[in-house]
Amino acid sequence: MNIVVCVKHVPDAQADRGFNESDNTVDRAGVDGLLSELDEYAVEEALKLAEASGGEVTVVTIGPDQAADAVKKALQMGADKGVHVNDEAIHGSDAPATSLILAEAIKKATDGNPELVITGMASTDGTMGVVPAMLAERLGLPQVTYASELTLGDGKVTIRRDNDANTETIEASLPALVSVTDQINEPRYPSFKGIMAAKKKPVESWTLADLGIDAGQVGLANAWTKVVEIAKRPPREQGEIVKDEGDGGTKLAEFLAARKFL
Amino acid sequence: MKKPPPRSPKADPLDVIDLDAMLSDEEKDVRAMVRRVATDLCGEHIAQWYEDGQVPARELAREFGKAGLLGMHLDGYGCAGMSAVDYGLASVELEAVDSGIRSLVSVQGSLAMGAIHMFGSEEHKQQWLPSMAAGEAIGCFGLTEPDHGSDPASMTTRARRDGDDWILTGRKLWITNGSIADVAVIWANTTDEPGGRGIRGFVLPTDTPGFAAHEIHHKLSLRASVTAELTLDRVRLPGDAVFPDVTGLKGPLSCLSEARYGILWGALGAARTCLEAARRYSIERTQFGRPLAGFQLTQAKLASMSTELQLGLLLALHLGRLKDSVGLRPEQVSVGKFNNITKAIEICRTSRTILGANGISGEFPIMRHANNLESVLTYEGTAEMHALVLGQALTGVPAFR
Ligand SMILES: Cc1cc2nc3c(=O)[nH]c(=O)nc-3n(C[C@H](O)[C@H](O)[C@H](O)COP(=O)(O)OP(=O)(O)OC[C@H]3O[C@@H](n4cnc5c(N)ncnc54)[C@H](O)[C@@H]3O)c2cc1C
Repeated sequence: MNIVVCVKHVPDAQADRGFNESDNTVDRAGVDGLLSELDEYAVEEALKLAEASGGEVTVVTIGPDQAADAVKKALQMGADKGVHVNDEAIHGSDAPATSLILAEAIKKATDGNPELVITGMASTDGTMGVVPAMLAERLGLPQVTYASELTLGDGKVTIRRDNDANTETIEASLPALVSVTDQINEPRYPSFKGIMAAKKKPVESWTLADLGIDAGQVGLANAWTKVVEIAKRPPREQGEIVKDEGDGGTKLAEFLAARKFL
Repeated sequence: MKKPPPRSPKADPLDVIDLDAMLSDEEKDVRAMVRRVATDLCGEHIAQWYEDGQVPARELAREFGKAGLLGMHLDGYGCAGMSAVDYGLASVELEAVDSGIRSLVSVQGSLAMGAIHMFGSEEHKQQWLPSMAAGEAIGCFGLTEPDHGSDPASMTTRARRDGDDWILTGRKLWITNGSIADVAVIWANTTDEPGGRGIRGFVLPTDTPGFAAHEIHHKLSLRASVTAELTLDRVRLPGDAVFPDVTGLKGPLSCLSEARYGILWGALGAARTCLEAARRYSIERTQFGRPLAGFQLTQAKLASMSTELQLGLLLALHLGRLKDSVGLRPEQVSVGKFNNITKAIEICRTSRTILGANGISGEFPIMRHANNLESVLTYEGTAEMHALVLGQALTGVPAFR
């Protein structure tokens, strides 16, 4: 089974993340980035399935030049080939536009016949989690989201979804789109061999024109949603040390009550 | 040719001279991968392991094996076949966590696997290297004895022939991984034999009768590493247990040269961790109404530590590139070990002063690293021995005895 995995290059949460002042979009150039951690689970699941059943894993990303790193990381983990959609007109695209571009890229990469598409449950920067559903809709595929376990059967895929109060077992016919949680597996590290082999794996670089998408359908100007204002989180206040003179518990309770925690 | 990436407008406090620009993308990826493996597996636990003097070495070996770290610079037999520079970068990242963790990997990869890879028969290689690369089997390297450290040529461990077999008798001390090893590379003197050929190496499965290992406790350095005493009480080994072609001290010394190469990189990892902790601390800690970083005396310390660290890395990278192209002579490795360990230990100690009392606390990594480097300064040839190697290269006069 050939599997497509969508991966995203996100600003490193350890680094000093910020926004572009001119248009309130996430600053993706001025900060170190990496493969979104939640996408590592999607790559790992695809690799496991491909190893068990044969077939190729293709990773697809959208983003500026640096986003090629996310593809490279997935190739180092063991994916077979990559697709990088890179076009200035994409800057500032929202979830509907992202899902449109991904859908066209996946169709092009699979000659219109994706067998299984796997995504993370959300990106670690935007954390909206809506792209998988939108993408499934655009590809006309059944969507089974938030999978904590995935099994392939005869022409179908079965997942386990853990909710707060219950656990669902959901089945979908193939081809399908599955989004996976961070409970589904333990992503591997790229091996040394993987790092060396990744250099030689094919990566396609496509523009909007290659995908037949009109620039007027994507980008910041055509987004359905807009970031109006950004306020920095206020700096952390100095903590208060309560000295226990037999009444520590009472003082602690008062402190919490004053802040409406009790 | 690919366009070079734009020069960064701002200094990276850990790499002011942009040494990174001299590394390939793959080399940086290797480094990032090892950094992540090391911090994921050890980062949270290392302080406790050190305090307890206990480290889950077998489990770590298996994880390191999965990542391809064990014998990563060797070719074939399940080894990753990476370059000397890759191996050096990996050593830095491991030792940035703890010298004991790097020791586990050095002894396994460079000393035990390195010896078998360099000198073992085809059967030795087939039997041991793949499982050692995977971290399933652990190896140790027994050269030092209670009464013979810097002068291993005087060793008293003896190997005698009995028919086709060899009988080994003696004691080895300070043997890293000794009490958890599945296989020991043991160096013994065969001179007493008719036709004996000096010091020879033996591949000894540790379940052979007569072999025993006792862990050494009460170490105040390298506490997150297993060290043991080995006793060999008439251990009988088959004739083919010996390394077939290497005789004399050059056997063990060429293995040590490989390991020292990794160490001359690695120690700078410990120094980096300390310097970075001190730099951050100096910015956050206020005395006399301003951050420690704002005092000229502090800045002078930081400036010279940073310079020494980068010079050490520059030397390491130079030696690595040389090793990957034309190879290294032993005295070149001595320059690296002599300089880099001495400088690393100074950096750790100076960093310690910047943290004041916190510097001696287990809550910070500094005292642990400084203490560890006392071992690193001594093993694999003491600083004095490397000075003598260098002295001989400079003057032509050996001053060892
Ligand atoms: C934690 C740890 C792990 C180790 N792991 C291993 C291992 O896995 N395998 C192994 O075989 N060994 C191992 N060693 C042993 C190590 O290699 C020896 O300790 C080292 O070679 C020094 O020997 P020594 O301790 O007997 O010191 P000595 O040789 O007794 O030296 C004591 C001091 O005298 C100095 N000195 C000696 N001779 C001269 C001279 N001619 N001129 C000037 N100064 C001199 C030395 O430099 C040193 O300062 C380990 C040691 C430690 C601490």
